[in-house]
Amino acid sequence: MALEVDIKKRLPGFTLEVRLKAEDEIVGLLGASGSGKSMTLKCVAGVETPDEGVILLNGRPLFDSDRNINLPPQKRRVGYLFQSAALFPNMTVAQNILCVLKDKAPRAEKRRVVEDVLRRLGLEGLGDRYPAELSGGQRQRAALARILVTKPDIIMLDEPFSALDAYLRWQLEQEMRLVLRDFGGTSLFVSHDRDEVYRLCDSIAVLSGGRVAAAGDKWAIFNNPESFAACQLTGCKNISPARTAGENAVFAEDWGVTLRIQTPPREPVRYVGIRAHDLEPCRGGDGPNAFPCEVVEALRDTFSMVFLLRLAPGAKTLRLEMSREAYKALGGPPEYVRLPPEKLLPLTRD
Amino acid sequence: MDYSPLWISLRTAIAATVFSVAIGLAAAHYTVRLGKTLKGLVDGLLTLPIILPPTVVGYFLLLFFGVNGPAGRLVQALFHERVVFSWYAPIIASTVVAFPLFYRTMRGAFEEFDRTLIHSGQTLGLSNAFIFWRVILPNCRPSFIAGTVLTFARALGEFGATMMLAGNIPGRTATISIAVYSAMAAGNDALARRWVLIDLAISFGAMLIMNFTGGGLRRRGAGSGERRTPWLSR
Repeated sequence: MALEVDIKKRLPGFTLEVRLKAEDEIVGLLGASGSGKSMTLKCVAGVETPDEGVILLNGRPLFDSDRNINLPPQKRRVGYLFQSAALFPNMTVAQNILCVLKDKAPRAEKRRVVEDVLRRLGLEGLGDRYPAELSGGQRQRAALARILVTKPDIIMLDEPFSALDAYLRWQLEQEMRLVLRDFGGTSLFVSHDRDEVYRLCDSIAVLSGGRVAAAGDKWAIFNNPESFAACQLTGCKNISPARTAGENAVFAEDWGVTLRIQTPPREPVRYVGIRAHDLEPCRGGDGPNAFPCEVVEALRDTFSMVFLLRLAPGAKTLRLEMSREAYKALGGPPEYVRLPPEKLLPLTRD
Repeated sequence: MDYSPLWISLRTAIAATVFSVAIGLAAAHYTVRLGKTLKGLVDGLLTLPIILPPTVVGYFLLLFFGVNGPAGRLVQALFHERVVFSWYAPIIASTVVAFPLFYRTMRGAFEEFDRTLIHSGQTLGLSNAFIFWRVILPNCRPSFIAGTVLTFARALGEFGATMMLAGNIPGRTATISIAVYSAMAAGNDALARRWVLIDLAISFGAMLIMNFTGGGLRRRGAGSGERRTPWLSR
């Protein structure tokens, strides 16, 4: 049971060239807007047609340019949850669900299915409402209910939380996680929010410029992103072009310092990154990768302090984040900063 | 007073509206999917009748439906009668002149229509026919009503093309607009005024219908307590 995608599609501005494999798990497609995430989902769903390639779902070809196969969306058994929920505005929630059920089933049976799925998604008593009378979260749950009753082979979610308020988002996310676990098949979850993807997904594919820049287990991607795109999309705020400078060391061009790294990759290092919360303020310039720093700017964030630090004259700044408590314990702005070698992310690809 | 122009006008306007809705819906549905160049061409052609002077449309209709025109000959061969000056000639003329109004209104609505609704319907396994009749059309209701009323009003007021194709035959092809013209030409001011008032009443009534039924999707209050899905347990 799995999804296999290997497609090519020329679009104005860029070419989508996606190779992707997903088992029975929740796969996060992480990418900036315009990276081809949604287009990939649309090609799998069959509402867009790739120029060439193959799409297999559980061994069943949905699209195969060599064999001239291109199933209509109706025959693909693909559940697609849109950002806007896409409920039919002229029907109540119950009618929305009822109308996608097969005509053959007896009426009583269909009504039972509708009531069951409404209960399962916490929409009891809302079946009578029109979509316009629901909250954003209720609309997404109703749309998911409508997808579930069609018993799809895969569920694809296109930024389902992005139109919601922050506090609703968290709750819906947890509910969706349970429903998707319960579903048990392959789920593709598209988002540009790394935290959302990290919490919800088992594995991650990072899309950049129409290509998969990195794919695999989410721990691996976050701990060792390997490419510039993956590093940036997993939320790393400090990335500098770098070149090898001796054994176990790289020169970070933007920051003007030579850094020791723990395990140098086999390929030449092209960038080096470090997450803002991995920078350590310290008292003196001892130990590897400790430098005196100039505080260019100090910002108060909601629950943390953010410093922009310069390590060498004329160099670009690094961003350091620490909790308010840590700042209090430090007793003042950092004078020295350490970039722990084990926390540095050497990147070998764009 | 001979009321035949009223019946002829209503018959013509209603029939022309029905035909316009059918042809206009199909035309709008298919042109929306065409490529850019072809769409521009087809759209230009279909919109031409409202841009051209009605007499010019009438001229082309005579070329096409006349005794020597292709459609005229066909009808002659099949039914042994002439289209020109027939009782249905006003319907043909009114349909051709009024149909672009409906086509244009619906094309606009279809182009604005949220494509994710179509895509979600398709991925849920709903047929394209179901999506068209049960999702797209109900959600284009305001445009549908507006288009229908505009088309009806235009068909009711048709004069130029009708005169060319159907002539002024009292009791057969003479509509209200033609009756007004005839009455004025004959110096019968009172009769003309009477027809003008009738025409005003019908046109204004049509506009009222549009404003009271087409001004947006039906409003549905959350707390109205009305059961929309009676079998559903609360």
